[in-house]
Amino acid sequence: MKRIYVREEWCIGCHLCEYYCAFANSGEDDMADALRGVKINPRIQVEDADGGVTYAVSCRHCEKPRCAEGCITGALTVIDGVIRLDEDKCVGCYTCIMLCPYGAITPSKGKPVQKCELCLSNGAPDATPSCAAHCPNRAIVFEEGASPCGL
Amino acid sequence: MIHDYIYPEFEVARDYDKCVVCRACERQCANEAHVYKEKYDKMTCINENCVNCHRCVTICPTHALKIVRSGDTYKRNANWQNWIINELVRQAGSGAALLSSMGTPEPYPVYWDKLLINASQVTNPSIDPLREPMEVRMRLGATPGTKPQRGADGRLKTQLPPSLNLSVPIMFSAMSYGSISYNAHSSLAQAAQQLGIYYNTGEGGLHRDFEQYGGNTIVQVASGRFGVHQGYLDMGAAIEIKMGQGAKPGIGGHLPGKKIVEDISRTRMIPEGTDAISPAPHHDIYSIEDLRQLVYSLKEATRYTKPVIVKIAAVHNIAAIASGIARSGADIIAIDGFRGGTGAAPTRIRNSVGIPIELALAAVDSRLREEGIRHRVGLVAGGSIRNSADVVKAIALGADAVYIATGALLALGCHLCRSCHSGKCNWGIATQRPDLVKRLNPEIGAQRLVNLVTAWEREIKEMMGGMGINAIEALRGNRAMLRGVGLNETELNILGVKHAGA
Ligand code: SF4
Ligand code: SF4
Ligand code: SF4
Ligand code: SF4
Ligand code: SF4
Repeated sequence: MKRIYVREEWCIGCHLCEYYCAFANSGEDDMADALRGVKINPRIQVEDADGGVTYAVSCRHCEKPRCAEGCITGALTVIDGVIRLDEDKCVGCYTCIMLCPYGAITPSKGKPVQKCELCLSNGAPDATPSCAAHCPNRAIVFEEGASPCGL
Repeated sequence: MIHDYIYPEFEVARDYDKCVVCRACERQCANEAHVYKEKYDKMTCINENCVNCHRCVTICPTHALKIVRSGDTYKRNANWQNWIINELVRQAGSGAALLSSMGTPEPYPVYWDKLLINASQVTNPSIDPLREPMEVRMRLGATPGTKPQRGADGRLKTQLPPSLNLSVPIMFSAMSYGSISYNAHSSLAQAAQQLGIYYNTGEGGLHRDFEQYGGNTIVQVASGRFGVHQGYLDMGAAIEIKMGQGAKPGIGGHLPGKKIVEDISRTRMIPEGTDAISPAPHHDIYSIEDLRQLVYSLKEATRYTKPVIVKIAAVHNIAAIASGIARSGADIIAIDGFRGGTGAAPTRIRNSVGIPIELALAAVDSRLREEGIRHRVGLVAGGSIRNSADVVKAIALGADAVYIATGALLALGCHLCRSCHSGKCNWGIATQRPDLVKRLNPEIGAQRLVNLVTAWEREIKEMMGGMGINAIEALRGNRAMLRGVGLNETELNILGVKHAGA
């Protein structure tokens, strides 16, 4: 399956992926309408590490996902290799948040938790996940391959 | 000192209805022209810091930014124009010679724009490049000048001197590692290989990582002799002796010690932190005879397997100089016009020394033909070739191929802010700062260069087809395919073209 890979050597730390993610999940069709005056809560986070190193972190869609294994209601399931969230089943216990070694699941406003579902559930128009489509330096790519997660 | 304040030439204009305060502009501007004001949760700008590189304009996700002319002006004066006053004020404050980057922006005539290309009508058919083969390959180098001899099997018996073989008559001209970044070099090298053309190391030596592209590399030997060793000469497809550069004829170069970081110091073979000074002349060349010695020692060193290029700036008496070079044993002469780019040059020299490439090229080609030695050398024209029409015109004026550099950098992202000498290129090109170099991903860079040259190749074929020419060799020096507009008798004579209508 196609997956998101982040390539830290090309990440320029612009944080645009975060904004494109927030926009893709906003349901609006104009970024300014969606994000003006809003403090964003994206499903991808850019880490600014020491020595100018930056890289984006989002769900790795692990082969053996701890979040889905630990989910007490079965709200997190693997569908075609993608870890999907069924909001109706989620009770907001935050077990998944504590289990994800990447911190890729976060609390969300309005619903209990949020995670990256490769832009499959948010109605974003791009065939490519929004963050990968708009990264200016190909530091996020959407390609065929195995899970980048070692777990 | 209040005297030193100069109101910025342009301003950053932000549409606050669109700005989502993502701060990408702030993170991407190495000149720190964008500032986030926490107090108002708003972005503001320090226009004085902006160099107009358009990095923020292109990266802003909501297209909230543009750069506008500030409009500040002194009292109208056709003689003491704003920029002349500002430069003088700056010098009165600093006491220093002015430094500039890239080609001269001054309004000298661009002869390309005064030349028009022919097309066939009725009497000679045009050719459709989509239906019929079009040959744009070019052999660049000396030819024996005698009728080629063929053996009984039809194969060529005449030994041809070594040459460069171009899939399209466009090459990337010299830009040294040091003046441009590792990733810029990597992009150029990869693109040259994919396109079947050549890029040029410039005077900074060849980085180990790029030795694999040697077959598509022209290695340069300049007055500083940086990074020149036997292996370097052997690695390249051709060797270029740099005698001059269009942007700064008659002067050398100076890469400050702070830019000589580890990798560059190794490639240039000089200690870290020392200034890399290229003397104005080659200290062993004071005549054509001296040049001949260098040409032949380089040929000898590479066992006569590689063509030797001599690159000169377009200056007065260029035709006589080129004639001398053709007789020195060089295989190729590269002429760099005065609009050519540079990483740093004294402003006065860049803006007032040298002559236009169009006139230089035409004069050289005519002279070499008159003297019956045109076949002894290949001719390359450079110094602001901006599009495929310029390429076609250059070839019709007598060039075998062209060199592009500024055009290549534009493809990589350069927006001609002309502040390369600051070392803070926001596009990761003219910089060695790792965080900035990283912004140029060579995967993207190489692809854009390949796109550019491929697009030009298509257009060249279309123009050739229109003229009824199906091999680029038939266009070379074919000045009947050109007409001038708005040119006087002298200009037309030098260019060797008729006026439109004639
Ligand atoms: S958009 Fe790309 S370059 Fe920018 S922070 Fe995200 S991953 Fe890095
Ligand atoms: S794939 Fe979509 S939801 Fe996932 S991080 Fe990227 S933009 Fe956000
Ligand atoms: S990049 Fe655009 S949207 Fe982001 S802060 Fe700058 S002006 Fe605003
Ligand atoms: S220097 Fe470049 S990035 Fe900075 S404000 Fe000016 S145009 Fe934008
Ligand atoms: S290379 Fe960079 S610094 Fe130089 S003109 Fe282009 S954008 Fe500006």
